[in-house]
This record gives sequence, structure tokens and C-alpha cells, in this order.
Amino acid sequence: MPKIVDRRSLSHMKPAASPHFKTYLLICLMVIFGPLGNVLLGKGMKQMSASSAGTTAGTLDLIPRVLTSGTIWLGIGSLLTFFVAYMLVLSWADYSYVQPASAAAYGMVALLAHFILREVVTPTRWMGVMLICLGVLVVGYTPPRTTDRR
Amino acid sequence: MLALILYLLIIGAGTGGELCVARAMKTVGEVKDFRPAALLRLVPRVLRVPWIWAGVTLMATAFFSLLAVLSTENVSLVVPVTALSYGVGALGGKFFLGEQVSARRWAGVFLVCAGVTLVIVGRR
Repeated sequence: MPKIVDRRSLSHMKPAASPHFKTYLLICLMVIFGPLGNVLLGKGMKQMSASSAGTTAGTLDLIPRVLTSGTIWLGIGSLLTFFVAYMLVLSWADYSYVQPASAAAYGMVALLAHFILREVVTPTRWMGVMLICLGVLVVGYTPPRTTDRR
Repeated sequence: MLALILYLLIIGAGTGGELCVARAMKTVGEVKDFRPAALLRLVPRVLRVPWIWAGVTLMATAFFSLLAVLSTENVSLVVPVTALSYGVGALGGKFFLGEQVSARRWAGVFLVCAGVTLVIVGRR
């Protein structure tokens, strides 16, 4: 006897990837676009901060210049991509699972700052970044879900 | 002093915003269809959840604080310091989302905070 297939549910399932695949994919997007956005913002803000560093009035004066910087807009675009991926993954995964998954972002932002912005990253700071990644991995090995599904 | 306030806003408002967004997305339910049209249809559903507005407002506050700090500090210092949000996040997960934060998870949070301290000490 042939099985009755609900067409609506079939069409709904077709584009859906496996939970693990889509979770890893979105977390990869977060790890790439989050640090990239921060580095681009850092580069953009450095380009215009010389005359206004450290004062409240100077910080407010930055706003119109920020809105016309291509680097800043690229950074904002990267962070928006990060944010969309973040919101989507939070619709099924625990906050306490997703947050540790961003561990690689700390290493990546140090690498990007070193190689793209030519910032000096001292050995102590590299050790700090490694310790942060280790701590985040320890958190990541705890159960991903500790509450009931709503 | 201004820098300290901005760091507090980045960590406090940023983590508070993430917790609100997490709560909003749990209310919306699991996203299974990733076609552009389906994602667009999701937008009004998400916007009807009040938590998303609180989350976006707090995250925007953290974002503009981040912009201000990045105008004077190196990104390789600022971003690791924001890892302190793991401590705030663990507390928020426990008291706001009702998650069980185990001893192992607290140990991880401690390691993160120790790493942040090293990043600050190794500033130059």
C-alpha cells in the first residue's frame, strides 16, 4: 500500500539542511564575518580619529565622517551578515552553545589585526587569546541544551 | 573614565542584547526554510516579538560604544576585552534564560576572564 505523502510538508523539508550542517555553516559565517567587521571598523575609525581622540565632543564630531566612509560601511555589512547568521542559529540552538562557538573569532581577530592592520600583538597578548579560546572550548564541551524546548 | 564607561556598555548592553535576541528567536521557533522569500516572511514575525526590540536597542548601544572605543584603542585589545561578556552571559543564561550553568562551564568562564586579564597586561 503506497504511503500518503503530504506535499506541503515535503516542499517544506526539501530546502532544510541537517541540523548539524546548518549549525556549523552559520557558525562559520559568524566566525568569518564578525572579526572581519571588527577589523574593518577598526581600520575605518583609525583613519579619522587623529583630530578627535579621547574627547566626548570629538567623538560626536566623528558621526558624519563615519557615515561617509566606505571601510566603515563594509564593516557594517560584515557585522550585519554576522548578526543575521547569529539570529538564525539562535532560533534552534542554545545561547550557551552558540556563544562559545565564537571562540575561533578571538584568534581570527588577532590574526587579522596583525596581518591587515599591522598592529603589534605581544606574546603575552597571544597567550591571553589562546587562554580565551581554551576557556571557550571548555564551555563548549558542556551540554548544549539545559532547558526544555519551547 | 569615558573609556571605562564605554567598555561597560559594550559588555553589559551587548550581552543583555544577545540574551534578549536569544529569547526572541526561541519565541519565534526554529527556522527550517532558508530560501530568501521564506527569510523575508520571517522578518515581520520576528519584529512582532517585543524582546527583539529590547535586544536590538541594547546591541545598538553596545555597537556605538564599540565604534567610539575603536577610534582610540587597538582592535586586538578591544575585542578580547569584550570576552568578559562570557561571565555576564553565563549569569544571564542562568537567571534570565533559566539555563543550568555547571562547574565545568564556570571553569571555562574563569579561563576566559584570565585570558582577558593577560590581554590587558600584555598591552605593551
